[in-house]
Amino acid sequence: MLLSVQDLHVTVEGKELLKGIDLEMEYGEIVAIMGHNASGKTTLALTLAGFPQYQVSKGKILFEGEDITSKSIDERARMGMALAFQSPPAIRGIKLGHMISLSAGMNPWQPKPGDDPDLPKKILRKVNLEPEKYLDREVNVGFSGGERKRSELAQIFAMKPKLMILDEPDSGVDIDSLKVLGNSLQEYFRTEKCSMMIITHHRHILQYLKPSRMHILSGGKIALTGSYEELMPKIEELGYERLIKEASNT
Amino acid sequence: MSDEWRKKYRLEALQAVTKRATFGNDIDLSDFVTIPKGERGIDEDVKKKGLEVGVDVEGKKGGTYFQVDHSVLLSQIASRIKGVEMMTTDEALNKYDWLKGYYWKALSVSQDKYTAIAELRQTKGYFIRSAPNEKVEQPIQACLYIGTEGVLQAPHNIIIAEEGSELNVITGCTADSRVKTVAHVGVSEFYVKKNATLVFTMIHSWSDEAYVRPRTGVIVEEGGTFISNYVMIKPVRDIQSYPTAHLVGKDAKAKFNSIIYASKDSIIDLGNRIYLMAEGTSGESIFKVVSTGTSKVYNRGQIIGQNRNTKGHLECRGMILCPTSSITAIPELVAEHSDTELSHEAAIGRLQEEQLHYLMARGIQPEQAIGVLVKGFLDPGLPGLPERLQEEIRAKLALLERKSSPQEPC
Ligand SMILES: Nc1ncnc2c1ncn2[C@@H]1O[C@H](COP(=O)(O)OP(=O)(O)O)[C@@H](O)[C@H]1O
Ligand SMILES: [Mg+2]
Repeated sequence: MLLSVQDLHVTVEGKELLKGIDLEMEYGEIVAIMGHNASGKTTLALTLAGFPQYQVSKGKILFEGEDITSKSIDERARMGMALAFQSPPAIRGIKLGHMISLSAGMNPWQPKPGDDPDLPKKILRKVNLEPEKYLDREVNVGFSGGERKRSELAQIFAMKPKLMILDEPDSGVDIDSLKVLGNSLQEYFRTEKCSMMIITHHRHILQYLKPSRMHILSGGKIALTGSYEELMPKIEELGYERLIKEASNT
Repeated sequence: MSDEWRKKYRLEALQAVTKRATFGNDIDLSDFVTIPKGERGIDEDVKKKGLEVGVDVEGKKGGTYFQVDHSVLLSQIASRIKGVEMMTTDEALNKYDWLKGYYWKALSVSQDKYTAIAELRQTKGYFIRSAPNEKVEQPIQACLYIGTEGVLQAPHNIIIAEEGSELNVITGCTADSRVKTVAHVGVSEFYVKKNATLVFTMIHSWSDEAYVRPRTGVIVEEGGTFISNYVMIKPVRDIQSYPTAHLVGKDAKAKFNSIIYASKDSIIDLGNRIYLMAEGTSGESIFKVVSTGTSKVYNRGQIIGQNRNTKGHLECRGMILCPTSSITAIPELVAEHSDTELSHEAAIGRLQEEQLHYLMARGIQPEQAIGVLVKGFLDPGLPGLPERLQEEIRAKLALLERKSSPQEPC
């Protein structure tokens, strides 16, 4: 088992945002998380990643069998957990190329023997950002929606994680970028077999990455779990709220 | 020098030896000596420290002026780089009678006790001049090095960028790693003639116990451009400086960029003043600072708009890494004409936690992440700065990045 979340309760400033989440992921598994706005998807992602403002008031998180509930953000990242942010911050003065090297565990200002200086270039090509244009751009400064999402992927690809948490990698992105993102993720999954937790509102990205399971979040809880084939058409037909209501009636 | 003509400056200076400066702590310089015991050659420390401030003593290319304490060890060059001459100010005053007309003209000898002492206890200094219409591509480097404990270094520098010329000067000021208490009161007079450009980069790398009071005046004529880049990353005991630019000719420009990493218990009081005297002149000052330890930083800026179609902008961006340090921004805009446009912008805050967490989420340890962010915050991207120097400053900042929790943090 790669990830096991057990009865996870999370509070922020005294307010309970997650109210008992149970969730498991196997190695090489793709899981989709859906749910209406403010249902707690990003809260779950940031809690898994270890953001200290999200306090675990109850329950625990196991990663490869180890309890990581009190580990710091960077420790978790180095253990193999990588988060692609829904809204990443812009960072002036840091070049995307450097950020990719740093994410790969290298020091761009003090390379060690064995470091591949061309790694940032290669990775940028994988997400279809021309290295000539993007290596020296400041991280996320003035990036369009699509560029941001691709820059996120580039950084987490460099980390070679065991688990990717993709928080809406497809929102605010045009159809061409969506294809690029879908293809890069599909290719990455095919070659690296890393597990992916995809938070999304759309089926499009899921057509590239067939999830084995889907969870629908509502009010900080998992309201419904099922297969992609079973749930996706229903979500599209009824919407989250009615679907959850009907499911709880039966 | 025994010259008669200087007498009036000496007399004026004598009147001002106890005159406190407008800003900064009052420093008692009477215990510092101008005559060091032994003479010192260019040894390994001199070379190393020179490199740290961007001056390559052994460099075959650039013109180099190297002053250790009071002796000029190296002032080779004039002959070697086309279109520039470089010598000590004393030599230049002997050689050119007209130079007397530039001496103490960009600032006043009686400004305060430091200018006065610089005149009374002058210890060399460089003279650099680009010939009319010469575009000197190679940067000219000058290094002022203090190698003896208790020394007061008081050079008087003059740079003249003649009409239509372009000149790029890099000055490094530094001290022997072993000396502690030293003082520096360098005077610099810069003259940018019609349509000339002078890029002046100063890298300060003092000792923890250095008292530093540079005094700088700049005069920019019609269509001329003066760009100053100032970098200080190492701690210092107490520095105060307030270079003043007078834009006397139509459409003249001045721009000051400063990058400061304030650490330990440094007291740093820096700023610039720009007089927009002629029509169409413009001035800008951009000050970036990161404060750690118990350092105290003051950034003063003043722009005085005195003519039509003039523009000025002051900017201070500060990051407080340690709550025991402080940053004070004191911008002043003075409009003395209705057709002047002046603005200022100051933003001081702590390290953005959101950014720190973002980097940590990539597996970067917090100490290194802070270093990376500090480096990014200060990263020069200075206009007019040669790529080589840009890289050198980056490398120096990278040192902060590598040291992680930038030096002993708080
Ligand atoms: N740091 C925070 N402080 C206060 N409230 C928060 C914080 N983060 C999230 N919330 C609240 O928690 C709820 C869930 O938010 P979020 O997890 O971002 O939802 P989703 O990603 O599903 O749209 C929302 O009501 C949001 O306002
Ligand atoms: Mg969200």
